[in-house]
Amino acid sequence: MPFVPAASADFTDDGVLVPALRRRDQAAFGWLLDQYSAPLRRLARSYVSNDAAAAEAVQETWLAVITGIDRFEQRSSLKTWMYRILVNVARSKGVKEHRTVPFASLGEELDGEERAVDPQRFRDHRDHWPGHWAAPPVAWDEEPEDHLLGRETLSIVAAAIAALPPNQRSVITLRDVQGWDSVEVCNALDISETNQRVLLHRARSKVRSALETHFEEDAQ
Amino acid sequence: MMFRNLYLRLTGDYPCAQLVEAVTEYLEGAMSPREQTRLERHLSICPSCEDYLVQFRRTIDLCGRITIDDVEALPDPARKELLRAFRDVLADESSDPRA
Repeated sequence: MPFVPAASADFTDDGVLVPALRRRDQAAFGWLLDQYSAPLRRLARSYVSNDAAAAEAVQETWLAVITGIDRFEQRSSLKTWMYRILVNVARSKGVKEHRTVPFASLGEELDGEERAVDPQRFRDHRDHWPGHWAAPPVAWDEEPEDHLLGRETLSIVAAAIAALPPNQRSVITLRDVQGWDSVEVCNALDISETNQRVLLHRARSKVRSALETHFEEDAQ
Repeated sequence: MMFRNLYLRLTGDYPCAQLVEAVTEYLEGAMSPREQTRLERHLSICPSCEDYLVQFRRTIDLCGRITIDDVEALPDPARKELLRAFRDVLADESSDPRA
């Protein structure tokens, strides 16, 4: 435990953190490393094909933060700035890899018809009410609260997120797991508001669907 | 048939299949007011879509209850190396005659 913060400074506040980093306060940088290394690495992993390359991207990001902190103009939060660096580094690594490794591009995840719900669950055009539910969702209210919020349910959520295509996974992780707002996510990932929303919607729809399957199986 | 016409008039003929694709746009407040009114009118009369919306909200809530801690922490040597680099930048700057 080499770095004991002098006082318990509130590094969650950029107004405290940025000046501390500029003073080369090691407690501040240590805090930053502990706070962001894992999430940055997870995000990097969606651009490159293996863990080693992701770790490299994070390392390069930290070096860029160290050398760039004095020039950081604070037009965005420090967090958003760091994520942008990471995304740029990881993306260019991903592009280099692309020659040899199959890589899921943003385009591939946005293109194509991807339905939130299986189309067969809606009435078809021959019906009186086309497009309305044929197999409607069953309310989850019946589930006991401890089951609804239980460890097993949460592990279903985590597994469903882990199984998503990389860009959808990044967006839902930042938005719904880490609680970022949409502007922060668009800035950090350098994607448009509309693309962000499509990715988020597809991701949430799949997680909902996984939960539905889980609760249905339990009901049987 | 009469019931159907009444239903369609009340719901603004907004199909459930369209609603399930629009939920995030709705929750983000990104819809045009006109579209939002159509969707809300449909919701007010379609209990299944209401259930769907509740499930969707619940899904978002559940995502907020997991953490990303299952990713391994930065290994120690890398951490030390970075902290040293951080310190060295200051050393370089103070030995820089322009500083």
